[in-house]
Amino acid sequence: MARLTLSDIHKSFGSTEVLKGISLDVANGEFLSLVGSSGCGKSTLLRIISGLETPDRGTIEIDGKAMTALAPKARGVAMVFQDYALYPHMTVAQNMAMPLIMARLPFHARLPGMKWLTPHLAPLRAEMAGQVEQVAQQLHIDHLLERRPAQLSGGQRQRVALGRALVRNPTLFLMDEPLSNLDAKLRVKVRTEIVDLHRASGLTFVYVTHDQVEAMTMSDRVALLQAGTLLQVAPPATLYAEPQSIDVAKFIGSPEINLLPVCAEPEGLRLGATLLPLSHGFKPGTDLIVGLRPEALRLSAPGLAQLRPAEGPELQLDMVQASIEDLGSEIVVHGAVAALPDIALRIRAQKSLQSGVHKIALPERLSLHAPMATAVIFDINGKRLDPQSVARRQEALA
Amino acid sequence: MSHITAPQSVALTAKLRQTLGQIRPAHVVVTLVLFIGAWLMIFPYIWMVSSSLKPAAEVYDADFSIIPKTFAGVKNYSDVLFGQPYPRFMLNSLIVCVGILAVQLLTAVPAAYALAKFRFRGSAILLGTVIACLTIPINVTSIPIYLGLVKVGLLDTYMSMMFPFFVSVFAIFLFRQFFRGFPDSIIDAARVDGMTEIEIVLRLILPAALPAIAAFSVFSFVSHWNDLYWPLIVVQSQDKMTATLSMMQYQSEFDTNYGRSFAAATVVTIPMLLVFLFARRAFIRGITMSGVKG
Ligand SMILES: Nc1ncnc2c1ncn2[C@@H]1O[C@H](COP(=O)(O)OP(=O)(O)O)[C@@H](O)[C@H]1O
Ligand SMILES: [Mg+2]
Repeated sequence: MARLTLSDIHKSFGSTEVLKGISLDVANGEFLSLVGSSGCGKSTLLRIISGLETPDRGTIEIDGKAMTALAPKARGVAMVFQDYALYPHMTVAQNMAMPLIMARLPFHARLPGMKWLTPHLAPLRAEMAGQVEQVAQQLHIDHLLERRPAQLSGGQRQRVALGRALVRNPTLFLMDEPLSNLDAKLRVKVRTEIVDLHRASGLTFVYVTHDQVEAMTMSDRVALLQAGTLLQVAPPATLYAEPQSIDVAKFIGSPEINLLPVCAEPEGLRLGATLLPLSHGFKPGTDLIVGLRPEALRLSAPGLAQLRPAEGPELQLDMVQASIEDLGSEIVVHGAVAALPDIALRIRAQKSLQSGVHKIALPERLSLHAPMATAVIFDINGKRLDPQSVARRQEALA
Repeated sequence: MSHITAPQSVALTAKLRQTLGQIRPAHVVVTLVLFIGAWLMIFPYIWMVSSSLKPAAEVYDADFSIIPKTFAGVKNYSDVLFGQPYPRFMLNSLIVCVGILAVQLLTAVPAAYALAKFRFRGSAILLGTVIACLTIPINVTSIPIYLGLVKVGLLDTYMSMMFPFFVSVFAIFLFRQFFRGFPDSIIDAARVDGMTEIEIVLRLILPAALPAIAAFSVFSFVSHWNDLYWPLIVVQSQDKMTATLSMMQYQSEFDTNYGRSFAAATVVTIPMLLVFLFARRAFIRGITMSGVKG
């Protein structure tokens, strides 16, 4: 149980600045995911939290206690590594016991052969073995205790690594892409197991991943890191619906959000050569970027069911279809804006059961509708415009 | 089965033909070359053993034969084993070799770990120095070291016999290369688990580096067992004489008993033969890793 506070963490390797002032608060018992593309500094930040790396500037506090200058073992944190980092020539039981041995036994009692020379420590050793056993049962690896890492499957190694981290009752649980070496099916399974573990233990988790699906499904809050700065820290749903910048909007969500560069004009929004008639309330001449999630777009084409008219102002677009991905439960249509072929468009639509096994056929030219209420609007610098002021402006017009 | 039925014999000839068909001219050539090479290597040993069984006069006999005409083996070998404090020589060799190896491992392992896994100012220069030192032969340093040992009055001691070899740059370099392959994440996990750096070396790195350490140990042991050069310089009394050095005892200006010298040489090489038999894999690895023949 611990609250983690990072303030203004900076870190450079040589001349490259990897972390450029990270401030972050993780509440007691929270599951926070640190997500970002490869090489953006996630592992570095995690290593700074664990004490394996020292920041150039900034402080780390756990439960209000300064940790910045402390060695990893003094911080009471546990860490799970991407490649599991099990001790290769030790058994599973020895691997899991290691943090306990290091924390509880004095140096001389840890030397080889001292087991027989320090009989007074036998009860302590038995207690530690019992703890290992208990955690092993919890993780369903108690039948593997005498094996060596080389004799385990990937999923089993993963569990041993979790067990080794759990056994010492850490205050803070750090994980660095723990699922990326597992196959897809196992990944989903272990994902839920980790979430269950978090719920059962009530510990504070900081979970690093480059996979937005993991971040979105597992966490209480997601911190999005890009090029050494935190773009946004928010619950998954907020991050998806209310991205504060184009970078966030682009990173979160698959297929990627549609971004339309438009210019406000008195009668509507100009997209390339065409004018999309719409009452919007922006000052004429303002350049904007309209973000539309693929599932916010609705298709209308000859032969498809008529769309119910939307409430409020609606954006209408013509699209040239390029390809259709049939994912079973839904389809993703890829194409380009008819007026501006450089702009790629993605549409996600639920597939009705009636369409059955037939190959989906759509005409090449499609007409799209998107209620403005679902749009996320950014200024030309990629910063989100305050949605309330946008709404107010539209209400004033209506 | 004494009667081979017809189909079986057909099968046998077919098999024979197949085996013969697999023999390629290239294989014949390779086998021949290896055979000649092996013979060149082994012949001196056979000569040594053969000569060790002959009286001195026969060793230089014009018509050489492998089987001695006069068998003097018992006399030669008993002279070597019992005519001098031979167990003492063996013990001296053992003390020197084990002492050298122990200190070499003690110095090389931590140095190699630091060079392999720590980033610190000057680490590249230190590594460069280590590599540069690999090129300095003992002959260059032996005179200053000898003079130094004379100054401190350590000549003719075990210390003087071992001292120049306490730090093996070769071991540092070899171990560093080996340690570098050890995953950083495991070392990090150990640090988070609370291991000190010394414990990381003892508990994690050493067990993983056992093949390299075994190989180096055999290499170091054999080369110092066989070393004639340095003991010849610093040993003055029979008391500190090593087994290899003791072979020189039989060479004097007036009377060199070559039969006995060969017997001594045979006895001295036997421990190495045993090392080779028991640690053959480590031995071969040591030679291939170092690229040096001991
Ligand atoms: N020890 C190091 N020395 C030099 N550069 C490093 C070191 N560790 C990380 N980096 C660099 O810092 C950047 C961020 O690395 P990392 O934190 O591992 O990224 P991520 O985990 O997000 O993929 C990378 O460009 C990497 O090359
Ligand atoms: Mg990483």
